[in-house]
Amino acid sequence: MTSAVALDHVSIRFGSFTAVDDASLDIAPGEFFSFLGPSGCGKTTLLRTISGFVEPSEGVVRIDGKDMRGIGSNQRPTALIFQNLALFPMMSVAENIVYGLRVRGMGKSERMKVADRLLDLIALPGQGNKRIDELSGGQKQRVAIARALAVEPKVLLLDEPLSALDLKLRQHMRSELKEIQRRVGITFIYITHDQGEALTMSDRIAVMDRGVIQQIGDGRTLYNHPRTAFVASFVGETNILAGKVATAEGELAEVATAHGPLSGANARKLMSGSDAMLFIRPESLRLTAPGAGAIRGTIVGSAFEGHVTHVSLVAADGSKLTVSVNGEAARLVPEPGAEVGLVYRPEEAIILPSEGYAHA
Amino acid sequence: MHSSIGQVVIYVIPAMVLAWFGWLAWRDRRDPANAGRQGFVARNGWPVAGFLVIAVGFWTIFMIVLPLFSMIDLSFRPKLPPPQWGGPKDFYTLDNYRYFLFGSTTSTAAWNVTHLTAFALTILTSIAITALDFVICYPIAYYMAKVARPNRLRLMMLMLIAPYWVNEILRAFAFRILFSSQGIINNVLMASGLIDQPVDFLAADVALYAGLAYAYLLMMMFALYNALDTLDGNLIEAARDLGAPWWHIHAFIAIPHAKPGIASGSTLVFMLTAGSLAAPLVLGGPRSLWFTPIVYDRFYQAFNWQQGAAYALILLVACVVFVLGVLRLFKLGLAEIAR
Amino acid sequence: MSSRSVFSALMGVYILVFFAYLFGPLVVMGLTAFNTPAYPQVYPFEAFTLDWFATLFADADMMYGLRKSVLIGVLVVLVSVPVGLAGAMMMTQVHARARSFYYLVVVSPVLTPGVIIGISTVVFWRQTTQMTGLKFFYDGTVLTVLAQSSFISAYTMLIFLARLQRFDHTLEEAALDLGASRAQVFRNILIPFMMPAIGSASAIAFLSSFENYNTTTFAILADKTLVTVLAGRLRQGTTPALSALAVTIVAVTVCGAILYEYLKRREAREADRRALNASRAELADLNAVAQDAA
Repeated sequence: MTSAVALDHVSIRFGSFTAVDDASLDIAPGEFFSFLGPSGCGKTTLLRTISGFVEPSEGVVRIDGKDMRGIGSNQRPTALIFQNLALFPMMSVAENIVYGLRVRGMGKSERMKVADRLLDLIALPGQGNKRIDELSGGQKQRVAIARALAVEPKVLLLDEPLSALDLKLRQHMRSELKEIQRRVGITFIYITHDQGEALTMSDRIAVMDRGVIQQIGDGRTLYNHPRTAFVASFVGETNILAGKVATAEGELAEVATAHGPLSGANARKLMSGSDAMLFIRPESLRLTAPGAGAIRGTIVGSAFEGHVTHVSLVAADGSKLTVSVNGEAARLVPEPGAEVGLVYRPEEAIILPSEGYAHA
Repeated sequence: MHSSIGQVVIYVIPAMVLAWFGWLAWRDRRDPANAGRQGFVARNGWPVAGFLVIAVGFWTIFMIVLPLFSMIDLSFRPKLPPPQWGGPKDFYTLDNYRYFLFGSTTSTAAWNVTHLTAFALTILTSIAITALDFVICYPIAYYMAKVARPNRLRLMMLMLIAPYWVNEILRAFAFRILFSSQGIINNVLMASGLIDQPVDFLAADVALYAGLAYAYLLMMMFALYNALDTLDGNLIEAARDLGAPWWHIHAFIAIPHAKPGIASGSTLVFMLTAGSLAAPLVLGGPRSLWFTPIVYDRFYQAFNWQQGAAYALILLVACVVFVLGVLRLFKLGLAEIAR
Repeated sequence: MSSRSVFSALMGVYILVFFAYLFGPLVVMGLTAFNTPAYPQVYPFEAFTLDWFATLFADADMMYGLRKSVLIGVLVVLVSVPVGLAGAMMMTQVHARARSFYYLVVVSPVLTPGVIIGISTVVFWRQTTQMTGLKFFYDGTVLTVLAQSSFISAYTMLIFLARLQRFDHTLEEAALDLGASRAQVFRNILIPFMMPAIGSASAIAFLSSFENYNTTTFAILADKTLVTVLAGRLRQGTTPALSALAVTIVAVTVCGAILYEYLKRREAREADRRALNASRAELADLNAVAQDAA
């Protein structure tokens, strides 16, 4: 099957600045695909390249198998939902929705029929004559989606469309977006810096940092089997312990850290002597008696969040650690000031090369 | 030098400037750093790109640059009947400028006193009127920008603009009614017994100067107001708290802040006053001297266009010198005042 | 504290004197339009009359000039609004190194005395038409439109530049993304966005053209506009009919200004109503989400 969107060694440079470096990937038809990364990581540039506003300096973008070189954004079967939505203030809601059909030469009465159908889809029936500045943030959001869907794109591109919304509405819109995607069945490419958004909605996620795609996979894979230090630290909460690989045997390895030698899964088959980082999820750590665990620390506080309690500790070298304690066990957490030991199962900790990692 | 050379130069200069623009654009397109960016035509689409180039090209070349160049060219040519233009006698000459200085194209024995005095008087009076307008406007502009409440400000704005809906000539006419020998000022003065004969304000140029000061007041007012409006009120408060006397606040805080406004207001008022034609025609007495009517007469009384062009160029140079002088004085760039 | 109140009293007096200077001459002139003596005077006020208005409207030269002025004004709007718009759109697109030079060229007409613009336009087109035989261009109306438009286009350009700075370029991209051609983006997005500026630029262009004397008196050649007729009359002598003209012009502009203010207020009320609707919709959304969660 032809992929909906394929990037083939795409690099994008502005002068001496490299925004995207050698990106290659295939997105399947009907997939909900996200690009996740901090601001400035190149994800928006990549989206603008797919929609045709930026020409790649190297490499090829294919949409539905067709090479997109030299094809302008107004000729591509994509529709983009802008971060600020970019609704046309000079047109009514209905005129906004069917603008793409108007420029394709569709007659007025036919257009209005489509507008009515789409207004029903986004639950704004009969509101086509309103002006854009009469709508709430959520309604604008839905108008922007309807406007993009009206042109029946093969791929819908979304550039952090929820960022302008109130937190509660944002969570509500996640399920609404997912639902719309299920109904129209086209490919969605979603850009966000919010891992919660990416993890809840996406079939697959590409994590980006400084222009480089770090890893592509579903949420579970990224969380449980990160391939780079950046992915391990960016997706989900984690404890980071830096050091050098001391011994590497089979699946496991031992890292010499400030806390002493600690073992973990050697996911990238590092040789002994190489700089490494050991990542342990807060839920993988358990509190035990001082001196009993692999790591020692002093409790400085705890935050109760209902089903889980986050306990913060300071290790002997001054580094901070977090432990998640579930349900009833939280009652047994000692008071701040108490010395404790920490244990974990080595196969739940992961050792990754520290090379290229710059985020503290 | 024969005039045909000038004709070539006039067209070659804009062509070279256009070529420079084109070269800059072409070099940019070839620069690999700009590979992802679109060119002018791609960015606008050819219908809009065509519209932009034709509209801006016609405007800048045929409405701004070439007319000015032709005027400069003409000012250096001898007066010849049209059939002889470009003919064997059409050589460049300084005759027209010589006439301005000496009142003759051949003799340099005597100065052209009338024209020189008119020119000097026009420039000096324009400078004086510019300064006067600044003095008149500054307190009002400061009041509007820093003291007046919004409602009063709106009212004052409206009242400032309203008189300028009447056109320039009629405004001058109003002053003529005011100052004429049977006008209201003379009537009042005579009725009060201060004078027994009407004063000829027109001949004494009082009406002219009052009318000129009035004519372009608005330009100075808005330039000053816009500049003072951006002055931070806290700065004035702070200075006052520190015990600065009122004149100190104006001399060292408000006026330095308003520099760009003063410069742009002065430039406009000077240019409009020195170039004004309506007020001198309507308010000038029979012996009043002003430069623009003299320029006008070169064209439509003496029918000596070459000389008229030279006179116009002299006026233009005076204005440019004034603008540059103001910029120099206030240490500003052109973009800061031309708004 | 008394020094401050003395200051504000002085300021009040100054403001009164200033506005007396501003309005006094015009009020006096306005009154002469309604007084019977053939020489414009207010004192003594002999008898109220409207005859001077009748004289004015019966003046064939004036009425011819008026028609010509309106024609020229309309043509100037038709030239200077598109040219000013193009000039403003070009500003951001000219190469950075050439931009200040471009700016200098296009604003120079604002800083050039009007007489010089008139003279240079006539000189250039006289030569050009003599050389090329394009007699059509050497015509008072055409030359006046060209001369006036050269600086009025700079005014309109400055108005458009201010509006363009507030233009959100993602609107352009959104339209392109939906399949619009560049020309469609220009027509459907940019022009409607610029409409308020086009309106005020047209008004300013028309008024500047209508009341222009310095440039027109050279460029109009043997033809005449209202203002040149007026200037001619004033050279011959003064009559209250001219005051009547001033009164008429003021009356028309005041009506225009009132209409403008009315439309602006209506638009502001509309915007307020829409903003209210938007905040209501916002509240309804939040309530719905809260109920979903409960």
